[in-house]
Amino acid sequence: MSSVRVLVGTRKGAFILTSDGTRKKWDISGPHFAGWEIYHLKGSSVDPNRIYASQSSSWFGQIMQRSDDGGKSWHQPGTPAGEPTTAADGTPKGESNKFVYDTSAETGKPLTTHQWYDGTPHPWVFKRVWHLEPSLSDPDTVYAGVEDAALFRSDDGGKSWQELSGLRGHGTGAAWQPGAGGMCLHTILLDPSNSQRIVIAISSAGAFRSDDGGNTWKPINRGLHSLYIPDPTAEIGHCVHRIAMSPLRPNVLFMQKHWDVMRSDDAGDSWHEISGNLPTDFGFVIDVHAHEPETIYVVPIKSDSEHFPPDGKLRVYRSRAGGNDWQALTNGLPQSDCYVNVLRDAMALDSLDKCGVYFGTTGGQGYASADAGDS
Amino acid sequence: MIRVTLPAHLCKLAQVDGEVQLEVAGQATQRRVLDALESRYPMLRGTIRDHVTHKRRAFVRFFACGQDLSHEPPDALLPDAIATGAEPFMIIGAIAGG
Repeated sequence: MSSVRVLVGTRKGAFILTSDGTRKKWDISGPHFAGWEIYHLKGSSVDPNRIYASQSSSWFGQIMQRSDDGGKSWHQPGTPAGEPTTAADGTPKGESNKFVYDTSAETGKPLTTHQWYDGTPHPWVFKRVWHLEPSLSDPDTVYAGVEDAALFRSDDGGKSWQELSGLRGHGTGAAWQPGAGGMCLHTILLDPSNSQRIVIAISSAGAFRSDDGGNTWKPINRGLHSLYIPDPTAEIGHCVHRIAMSPLRPNVLFMQKHWDVMRSDDAGDSWHEISGNLPTDFGFVIDVHAHEPETIYVVPIKSDSEHFPPDGKLRVYRSRAGGNDWQALTNGLPQSDCYVNVLRDAMALDSLDKCGVYFGTTGGQGYASADAGDS
Repeated sequence: MIRVTLPAHLCKLAQVDGEVQLEVAGQATQRRVLDALESRYPMLRGTIRDHVTHKRRAFVRFFACGQDLSHEPPDALLPDAIATGAEPFMIIGAIAGG
Protein backbone atom coordinates (compact mmCIF):
# COMPACT_ATOMS: atom_id res chain seq x y z
CA MET A 1 0.00 0.00 0.00
CA SER A 2 1.41 3.35 -0.95
CA SER A 3 1.63 6.19 1.53
CA VAL A 4 1.99 9.95 1.46
CA ARG A 5 3.77 12.40 3.74
CA VAL A 6 3.13 16.13 3.62
CA LEU A 7 5.55 18.43 5.44
CA VAL A 8 3.93 21.64 6.65
CA GLY A 9 5.82 24.71 7.85
CA THR A 10 3.89 27.43 9.66
CA ARG A 11 4.56 30.47 11.81
CA LYS A 12 3.57 28.34 14.81
CA GLY A 13 5.79 25.35 14.14
CA ALA A 14 6.02 22.33 11.82
CA PHE A 15 3.52 19.57 11.23
CA ILE A 16 3.87 16.22 9.50
CA LEU A 17 0.77 14.81 7.85
CA THR A 18 0.71 11.18 6.78
CA SER A 19 -1.88 9.08 5.00
CA ASP A 20 -2.24 5.94 2.97
CA GLY A 21 -2.67 6.07 -0.77
CA THR A 22 -6.37 6.83 -0.53
CA ARG A 23 -5.50 10.13 1.17
CA LYS A 24 -8.84 10.23 2.95
CA LYS A 25 -7.70 9.97 6.56
CA TRP A 26 -4.65 11.84 7.81
CA ASP A 27 -2.51 11.48 10.89
CA ILE A 28 -0.95 14.71 12.08
CA SER A 29 2.13 15.05 14.26
CA GLY A 30 3.23 18.37 15.66
CA PRO A 31 3.65 21.12 16.25
CA HIS A 32 7.37 20.44 16.10
CA PHE A 33 9.47 23.43 17.24
CA ALA A 34 6.32 25.05 18.63
CA GLY A 35 6.43 28.81 18.72
CA TRP A 36 9.04 29.13 15.99
CA GLU A 37 8.55 30.06 12.36
CA ILE A 38 9.34 27.18 10.03
CA TYR A 39 10.28 28.72 6.73
CA HIS A 40 10.79 25.41 4.98
CA LEU A 41 11.27 21.71 5.53
CA LYS A 42 12.05 19.11 2.93
CA GLY A 43 12.92 15.42 2.81
CA SER A 44 15.71 13.81 0.84
CA SER A 45 14.59 11.88 -2.22
CA VAL A 46 17.53 9.51 -1.65
CA ASP A 47 16.65 8.81 1.98
CA PRO A 48 13.09 9.93 2.83
CA ASN A 49 13.80 9.50 6.54
CA ARG A 50 16.23 12.40 6.27
CA ILE A 51 14.37 15.71 6.63
CA TYR A 52 15.90 19.16 6.92
CA ALA A 53 14.01 22.03 8.56
CA SER A 54 14.66 25.75 8.76
CA GLN A 55 13.57 27.08 12.14
CA SER A 56 13.61 30.84 12.52
CA SER A 57 12.81 33.54 15.03
CA SER A 58 13.02 37.31 15.00
CA TRP A 59 14.41 37.02 18.53
CA PHE A 60 16.93 34.23 18.30
CA GLY A 61 17.73 33.99 14.59
CA GLN A 62 18.25 30.86 12.54
CA ILE A 63 18.29 27.27 13.74
CA MET A 64 18.82 24.26 11.52
CA GLN A 65 17.09 21.02 12.40
CA ARG A 66 17.50 17.55 10.98
CA SER A 67 15.60 14.32 11.39
CA ASP A 68 16.99 10.91 10.48
CA ASP A 69 13.82 8.99 11.27
CA GLY A 70 11.16 10.66 9.18
CA GLY A 71 10.38 13.40 11.67
CA LYS A 72 9.92 11.33 14.83
CA SER A 73 12.95 12.97 16.41
CA TRP A 74 15.02 16.02 15.54
CA HIS A 75 18.40 17.48 16.37
CA GLN A 76 20.59 20.38 15.42
CA PRO A 77 23.08 18.62 13.14
CA GLY A 78 26.15 20.20 14.70
CA THR A 79 25.09 19.16 18.20
CA PRO A 80 23.45 15.73 18.08
CA ALA A 81 21.17 14.99 21.03
CA GLY A 82 22.81 12.83 23.64
CA GLU A 83 26.32 13.37 22.36
CA PRO A 84 28.93 15.62 23.99
CA THR A 85 28.59 19.17 22.77
CA THR A 86 32.33 19.64 22.70
CA ALA A 87 35.04 17.65 21.01
CA ALA A 88 37.67 15.71 22.95
CA ASP A 89 39.97 18.72 22.99
CA GLY A 90 37.25 20.85 24.52
CA THR A 91 36.38 22.87 21.43
CA PRO A 92 32.72 23.18 20.48
CA LYS A 93 31.46 20.98 17.68
CA GLY A 94 30.24 22.55 14.46
CA GLU A 95 27.42 25.04 14.61
CA SER A 96 24.77 24.12 12.11
CA ASN A 97 23.21 27.58 12.14
CA LYS A 98 26.37 29.41 11.14
CA PHE A 99 25.96 31.02 7.73
CA VAL A 100 28.86 33.31 6.97
CA TYR A 101 29.16 35.04 3.61
CA ASP A 102 32.34 34.25 1.74
CA THR A 103 34.68 37.22 1.77
CA SER A 104 37.84 35.26 1.05
CA ALA A 105 40.43 36.62 -1.31
CA GLU A 106 40.19 33.44 -3.40
CA THR A 107 36.80 34.49 -4.70
CA GLY A 108 38.54 37.37 -6.37
CA LYS A 109 36.13 40.11 -5.42
CA PRO A 110 34.48 39.87 -2.02
CA LEU A 111 31.06 41.42 -2.39
CA THR A 112 30.12 43.68 0.43
CA THR A 113 26.93 45.53 -0.52
CA HIS A 114 23.67 45.20 -2.43
CA GLN A 115 21.10 47.94 -2.96
CA TRP A 116 18.76 48.87 -0.16
CA TYR A 117 15.10 49.83 -0.78
CA ASP A 118 16.13 53.45 -1.32
CA GLY A 119 18.87 52.54 -3.77
CA THR A 120 21.77 53.12 -1.38
CA PRO A 121 24.45 50.45 -0.83
CA HIS A 122 23.62 48.11 2.03
CA PRO A 123 25.83 45.44 3.59
CA TRP A 124 24.89 41.79 3.23
CA VAL A 125 23.44 40.57 6.51
CA PHE A 126 22.36 36.99 7.05
CA LYS A 127 18.80 36.76 8.36
CA ARG A 128 17.33 33.33 7.73
CA VAL A 129 17.06 30.28 5.50
CA TRP A 130 14.06 30.44 3.18
CA HIS A 131 14.48 27.20 1.28
CA LEU A 132 16.26 23.88 1.71
CA GLU A 133 16.91 21.59 -1.24
CA PRO A 134 18.46 18.20 -0.53
CA SER A 135 20.76 16.77 -3.18
CA LEU A 136 19.28 14.23 -5.60
CA SER A 137 22.17 11.81 -4.99
CA ASP A 138 23.49 12.25 -1.43
CA PRO A 139 21.33 12.76 1.67
CA ASP A 140 24.21 14.55 3.43
CA THR A 141 24.40 17.23 0.75
CA VAL A 142 21.80 19.97 0.97
CA TYR A 143 21.49 23.47 -0.45
CA ALA A 144 20.11 26.45 1.46
CA GLY A 145 18.69 29.62 -0.07
CA VAL A 146 19.06 32.46 2.41
CA GLU A 147 18.16 36.08 3.06
CA ASP A 148 20.08 38.33 2.25
CA ALA A 149 20.18 36.42 -0.99
CA ALA A 150 22.91 33.82 -1.28
CA LEU A 151 23.23 30.11 -1.86
CA PHE A 152 24.92 27.85 0.69
CA ARG A 153 25.72 24.15 0.58
CA SER A 154 26.40 21.61 3.28
CA ASP A 155 28.14 18.34 2.51
CA ASP A 156 28.02 16.99 6.06
CA GLY A 157 24.32 16.67 6.70
CA GLY A 158 23.79 20.28 7.69
CA LYS A 159 26.55 20.48 10.32
CA SER A 160 28.41 23.23 8.51
CA TRP A 161 27.67 25.47 5.56
CA GLN A 162 29.74 27.06 2.81
CA GLU A 163 28.58 29.77 0.45
CA LEU A 164 28.62 29.21 -3.32
CA SER A 165 29.88 32.74 -3.70
CA GLY A 166 30.05 32.73 -7.48
CA LEU A 167 26.37 33.62 -7.46
CA ARG A 168 26.70 36.89 -5.52
CA GLY A 169 29.99 37.59 -7.23
CA HIS A 170 29.05 36.99 -10.86
CA GLY A 171 28.66 40.70 -11.54
CA THR A 172 25.12 41.90 -10.88
CA GLY A 173 24.97 41.28 -7.13
CA ALA A 174 25.72 44.85 -6.13
CA ALA A 175 22.52 45.93 -7.96
CA TRP A 176 20.15 43.42 -6.36
CA GLN A 177 17.36 44.91 -4.25
CA PRO A 178 15.00 43.33 -1.72
CA GLY A 179 11.29 42.89 -2.29
CA ALA A 180 8.79 43.67 0.42
CA GLY A 181 9.41 40.31 2.09
CA GLY A 182 13.16 40.74 2.12
CA MET A 183 15.89 39.83 -0.34
CA CYS A 184 15.43 36.10 -0.27
CA LEU A 185 16.74 33.25 -2.36
CA HIS A 186 13.60 31.13 -2.39
CA THR A 187 13.82 28.72 -5.33
CA ILE A 188 16.47 26.03 -5.83
CA LEU A 189 15.96 23.55 -8.66
CA LEU A 190 18.40 20.68 -9.21
CA ASP A 191 18.34 19.18 -12.69
CA PRO A 192 17.96 15.37 -12.42
CA SER A 193 19.42 14.90 -15.90
CA ASN A 194 22.46 17.14 -15.36
CA SER A 195 24.11 17.15 -11.95
CA GLN A 196 25.99 20.35 -12.81
CA ARG A 197 22.88 22.43 -13.50
CA ILE A 198 21.21 24.47 -10.75
CA VAL A 199 18.48 27.08 -11.23
CA ILE A 200 17.72 29.55 -8.45
CA ALA A 201 15.49 32.59 -8.05
CA ILE A 202 15.69 35.68 -5.86
CA SER A 203 13.12 38.31 -4.93
CA SER A 204 13.60 40.75 -6.42
CA ALA A 205 16.69 40.08 -8.51
CA GLY A 206 15.35 37.39 -10.84
CA ALA A 207 16.40 33.93 -11.97
CA PHE A 208 19.96 32.63 -12.33
CA ARG A 209 21.52 29.40 -13.57
CA SER A 210 24.75 27.55 -13.02
CA ASP A 211 25.93 24.84 -15.40
CA ASP A 212 29.03 23.91 -13.40
CA GLY A 213 27.68 22.79 -10.06
CA GLY A 214 27.30 26.27 -8.61
CA ASN A 215 30.72 27.77 -9.27
CA THR A 216 29.69 30.27 -11.95
CA TRP A 217 26.33 31.82 -12.66
CA LYS A 218 24.43 33.90 -15.17
CA PRO A 219 21.09 35.72 -15.09
CA ILE A 220 18.33 33.96 -17.07
CA ASN A 221 15.66 36.63 -17.31
CA ARG A 222 15.34 37.23 -21.06
CA GLY A 223 11.69 37.60 -22.00
CA LEU A 224 10.56 38.78 -18.57
CA HIS A 225 8.71 42.09 -18.67
CA SER A 226 8.20 43.93 -15.38
CA LEU A 227 6.44 47.28 -15.52
CA TYR A 228 7.29 48.06 -11.90
CA ILE A 229 11.02 48.56 -12.59
CA PRO A 230 12.57 51.44 -14.52
CA ASP A 231 13.68 49.20 -17.41
CA PRO A 232 10.93 46.56 -17.81
CA THR A 233 13.25 44.19 -19.68
CA ALA A 234 16.35 44.69 -17.54
CA GLU A 235 18.82 41.85 -17.12
CA ILE A 236 18.04 41.69 -13.39
CA GLY A 237 15.54 43.24 -10.96
CA HIS A 238 12.51 41.08 -11.76
CA CYS A 239 10.51 39.90 -8.79
CA VAL A 240 10.32 36.17 -9.47
CA HIS A 241 8.04 34.51 -6.93
CA ARG A 242 8.66 30.86 -7.72
CA ILE A 243 9.88 28.52 -10.45
CA ALA A 244 8.78 24.90 -10.93
CA MET A 245 10.30 22.08 -12.95
CA SER A 246 9.07 18.63 -13.88
CA PRO A 247 11.81 16.05 -13.33
CA LEU A 248 10.49 14.34 -16.45
CA ARG A 249 11.47 17.32 -18.60
CA PRO A 250 13.93 19.53 -16.74
CA ASN A 251 14.54 21.95 -19.60
CA VAL A 252 11.00 23.26 -19.27
CA LEU A 253 10.54 25.74 -16.44
CA PHE A 254 7.37 27.42 -15.22
CA MET A 255 7.50 30.72 -13.34
CA GLN A 256 5.05 32.69 -11.25
CA LYS A 257 6.36 36.22 -11.33
CA HIS A 258 5.17 39.21 -9.32
CA TRP A 259 2.83 39.68 -12.25
CA ASP A 260 2.75 37.19 -15.17
CA VAL A 261 2.95 33.43 -15.37
CA MET A 262 5.88 32.52 -17.62
CA ARG A 263 7.35 29.48 -19.34
CA SER A 264 10.78 28.60 -20.65
CA ASP A 265 11.52 25.68 -22.96
CA ASP A 266 15.28 26.15 -22.89
CA ALA A 267 16.18 25.95 -19.17
CA GLY A 268 15.60 29.64 -18.66
CA ASP A 269 17.52 31.08 -21.61
CA SER A 270 14.28 32.68 -22.79
CA TRP A 271 10.80 33.07 -21.36
CA HIS A 272 7.31 33.68 -22.78
CA GLU A 273 4.08 34.50 -21.04
CA ILE A 274 1.42 31.81 -20.51
CA SER A 275 -1.03 33.74 -18.30
CA GLY A 276 -3.80 33.22 -20.89
CA ASN A 277 -7.29 33.29 -19.40
CA LEU A 278 -6.29 33.52 -15.71
CA PRO A 279 -8.48 36.02 -13.79
CA THR A 280 -5.24 37.67 -12.60
CA ASP A 281 -1.68 36.63 -13.24
CA PHE A 282 -0.36 37.80 -9.87
CA GLY A 283 0.38 35.04 -7.37
CA PHE A 284 3.11 33.17 -5.55
CA VAL A 285 2.86 29.40 -6.02
CA ILE A 286 3.30 27.37 -9.17
CA ASP A 287 3.85 23.63 -9.48
CA VAL A 288 3.88 20.82 -12.02
CA HIS A 289 1.95 17.54 -12.07
CA ALA A 290 4.14 14.56 -11.16
CA HIS A 291 3.36 12.54 -14.29
CA GLU A 292 2.05 15.08 -16.79
CA PRO A 293 4.75 17.68 -17.48
CA GLU A 294 2.27 19.91 -19.32
CA THR A 295 -0.13 20.05 -16.37
CA ILE A 296 0.59 22.98 -14.07
CA TYR A 297 -1.10 24.66 -11.11
CA VAL A 298 -1.28 28.24 -9.81
CA VAL A 299 -3.40 30.08 -7.25
CA PRO A 300 -4.20 33.55 -8.63
CA ILE A 301 -4.09 36.40 -6.13
CA LYS A 302 -5.86 39.66 -6.92
CA SER A 303 -2.89 42.02 -7.05
CA ASP A 304 0.36 43.10 -5.46
CA SER A 305 -1.56 45.46 -3.19
CA GLU A 306 -4.50 43.15 -2.44
CA HIS A 307 -3.10 39.81 -1.38
CA PHE A 308 -6.25 37.69 -1.52
CA PRO A 309 -8.06 35.67 -4.19
CA PRO A 310 -10.17 37.67 -6.70
CA ASP A 311 -13.79 38.08 -5.53
CA GLY A 312 -12.95 36.33 -2.25
CA LYS A 313 -13.08 32.97 -4.06
CA LEU A 314 -10.22 30.57 -3.37
CA ARG A 315 -9.50 28.91 -6.70
CA VAL A 316 -6.68 26.73 -7.90
CA TYR A 317 -6.18 27.05 -11.64
CA ARG A 318 -4.89 24.12 -13.65
CA SER A 319 -3.64 24.11 -17.19
CA ARG A 320 -3.27 20.80 -18.98
CA ALA A 321 -1.73 22.53 -21.98
CA GLY A 322 1.39 23.90 -20.38
CA GLY A 323 -0.23 27.28 -19.86
CA ASN A 324 -2.53 29.82 -21.55
CA ASP A 325 -5.63 27.63 -21.27
CA TRP A 326 -6.58 27.49 -17.59
CA GLN A 327 -9.41 25.81 -15.72
CA ALA A 328 -10.67 26.92 -12.30
CA LEU A 329 -10.76 24.16 -9.67
CA THR A 330 -13.19 25.09 -6.92
CA ASN A 331 -14.75 21.88 -5.64
CA GLY A 332 -14.25 21.90 -1.86
CA LEU A 333 -12.68 25.35 -1.68
CA PRO A 334 -14.41 28.39 -0.12
CA GLN A 335 -16.13 30.43 -2.82
CA SER A 336 -17.10 33.50 -0.84
CA ASP A 337 -15.51 35.87 1.68
CA CYS A 338 -12.12 34.17 1.54
CA TYR A 339 -9.30 36.67 1.99
CA VAL A 340 -6.19 34.59 2.46
CA ASN A 341 -2.95 34.35 0.53
CA VAL A 342 -1.07 31.25 -0.65
CA LEU A 343 2.64 31.90 -0.42
CA ARG A 344 5.46 30.60 -2.57
CA ASP A 345 6.46 27.35 -0.89
CA ALA A 346 2.93 26.56 0.27
CA MET A 347 2.01 24.10 -2.49
CA ALA A 348 3.21 20.56 -3.07
CA LEU A 349 2.23 17.66 -5.30
CA ASP A 350 2.71 13.96 -4.64
CA SER A 351 3.73 11.30 -7.14
CA LEU A 352 0.99 8.72 -6.68
CA ASP A 353 -0.84 7.43 -9.76
CA LYS A 354 -3.58 9.96 -9.21
CA CYS A 355 -1.51 12.99 -8.37
CA GLY A 356 -2.26 14.65 -5.04
CA VAL A 357 -2.26 18.43 -4.76
CA TYR A 358 -1.71 20.19 -1.42
CA PHE A 359 -1.60 23.83 -0.43
CA GLY A 360 -1.77 25.96 2.68
CA THR A 361 -2.98 29.49 3.29
CA THR A 362 -1.91 32.42 5.40
CA GLY A 363 -5.10 31.78 7.38
CA GLY A 364 -3.68 28.48 8.57
CA GLN A 365 -5.89 26.19 6.48
CA GLY A 366 -4.46 23.26 4.58
CA TYR A 367 -6.24 21.76 1.56
CA ALA A 368 -5.63 18.40 -0.06
CA SER A 369 -6.84 16.90 -3.31
CA ALA A 370 -6.36 13.23 -4.12
CA ASP A 371 -7.54 13.60 -7.72
CA ALA A 372 -5.18 16.12 -9.30
CA GLY A 373 -7.23 19.06 -8.08
CA ASP A 374 -10.68 17.99 -9.30
CA SER A 375 -11.95 17.93 -5.72
CA MET B 1 29.76 29.47 39.80
CA ILE B 2 27.76 31.87 37.62
CA ARG B 3 24.03 31.41 37.33
CA VAL B 4 22.39 32.24 33.98
CA THR B 5 18.68 32.28 33.17
CA LEU B 6 17.49 31.73 29.62
CA PRO B 7 14.23 32.51 27.80
CA ALA B 8 11.93 29.55 27.25
CA HIS B 9 12.81 28.98 23.59
CA LEU B 10 16.51 28.82 24.38
CA CYS B 11 15.92 26.47 27.30
CA LYS B 12 14.30 24.08 24.86
CA LEU B 13 17.17 24.34 22.41
CA ALA B 14 19.74 23.74 25.15
CA GLN B 15 17.56 21.04 26.74
CA VAL B 16 17.75 22.64 30.17
CA ASP B 17 15.18 23.74 32.72
CA GLY B 18 15.35 27.45 33.42
CA GLU B 19 18.65 28.26 35.06
CA VAL B 20 22.10 26.96 34.14
CA GLN B 21 25.27 27.16 36.19
CA LEU B 22 28.63 27.83 34.60
CA GLU B 23 32.25 27.88 35.63
CA VAL B 24 33.81 31.05 34.26
CA ALA B 25 37.57 31.38 34.20
CA GLY B 26 38.91 34.67 35.53
CA GLN B 27 36.83 37.68 36.49
CA ALA B 28 33.23 37.58 35.35
CA THR B 29 32.40 39.71 32.32
CA GLN B 30 29.53 39.57 29.89
CA ARG B 31 31.82 38.18 27.19
CA ARG B 32 33.26 35.47 29.46
CA VAL B 33 29.83 34.41 30.64
CA LEU B 34 28.51 34.17 27.07
CA ASP B 35 31.67 32.39 25.92
CA ALA B 36 31.23 29.84 28.70
CA LEU B 37 27.51 29.47 27.95
CA GLU B 38 28.11 28.89 24.24
CA SER B 39 30.97 26.51 24.93
CA ARG B 40 28.80 24.40 27.23
CA TYR B 41 25.74 24.69 24.98
CA PRO B 42 26.97 25.22 21.40
CA MET B 43 23.44 24.91 20.06
CA LEU B 44 22.91 28.42 21.46
CA ARG B 45 25.62 29.93 19.27
CA GLY B 46 24.11 32.57 17.04
CA THR B 47 20.88 32.80 19.02
CA ILE B 48 22.01 35.39 21.58
CA ARG B 49 24.77 37.17 19.68
CA ASP B 50 26.04 37.03 16.14
CA HIS B 51 28.38 34.17 15.29
CA VAL B 52 31.08 36.39 13.87
CA THR B 53 30.70 39.91 15.28
CA HIS B 54 29.46 38.75 18.71
CA LYS B 55 27.01 41.65 18.59
CA ARG B 56 23.95 41.12 20.77
CA ARG B 57 20.82 40.26 18.78
CA ALA B 58 18.40 43.16 18.65
CA PHE B 59 15.54 41.48 20.52
CA VAL B 60 17.72 40.09 23.31
CA ARG B 61 18.66 41.98 26.48
CA PHE B 62 20.88 41.28 29.49
CA PHE B 63 19.80 42.14 33.06
CA ALA B 64 21.37 41.53 36.44
CA CYS B 65 20.79 42.84 39.98
CA GLY B 66 17.98 45.07 38.76
CA GLN B 67 20.17 46.72 36.13
CA ASP B 68 19.99 46.68 32.33
CA LEU B 69 23.46 45.57 31.24
CA SER B 70 22.56 45.23 27.55
CA HIS B 71 24.58 48.23 26.50
CA GLU B 72 27.53 47.73 28.82
CA PRO B 73 30.87 46.94 27.17
CA PRO B 74 31.29 43.16 26.88
CA ASP B 75 34.52 43.23 28.85
CA ALA B 76 33.18 45.31 31.76
CA LEU B 77 33.16 43.48 35.07
CA LEU B 78 29.79 42.13 36.15
CA PRO B 79 28.45 42.97 39.62
CA ASP B 80 29.91 40.95 42.50
CA ALA B 81 26.54 39.32 43.15
CA ILE B 82 26.72 37.77 39.69
CA ALA B 83 30.32 36.70 40.12
CA THR B 84 29.52 34.97 43.42
CA GLY B 85 26.34 33.35 42.13
CA ALA B 86 24.13 35.24 44.57
CA GLU B 87 22.14 36.69 41.66
CA PRO B 88 21.58 35.28 38.15
CA PHE B 89 22.70 36.84 34.89
CA MET B 90 19.40 37.11 33.05
CA ILE B 91 19.11 36.73 29.27
CA ILE B 92 15.69 37.99 28.24
CA GLY B 93 13.83 38.11 24.93
CA ALA B 94 11.73 41.15 23.99
CA ILE B 95 8.08 40.85 25.01
CA ALA B 96 5.89 39.54 22.18
CA GLY B 97 2.27 40.48 22.03
CA GLY B 98 0.49 43.71 22.75
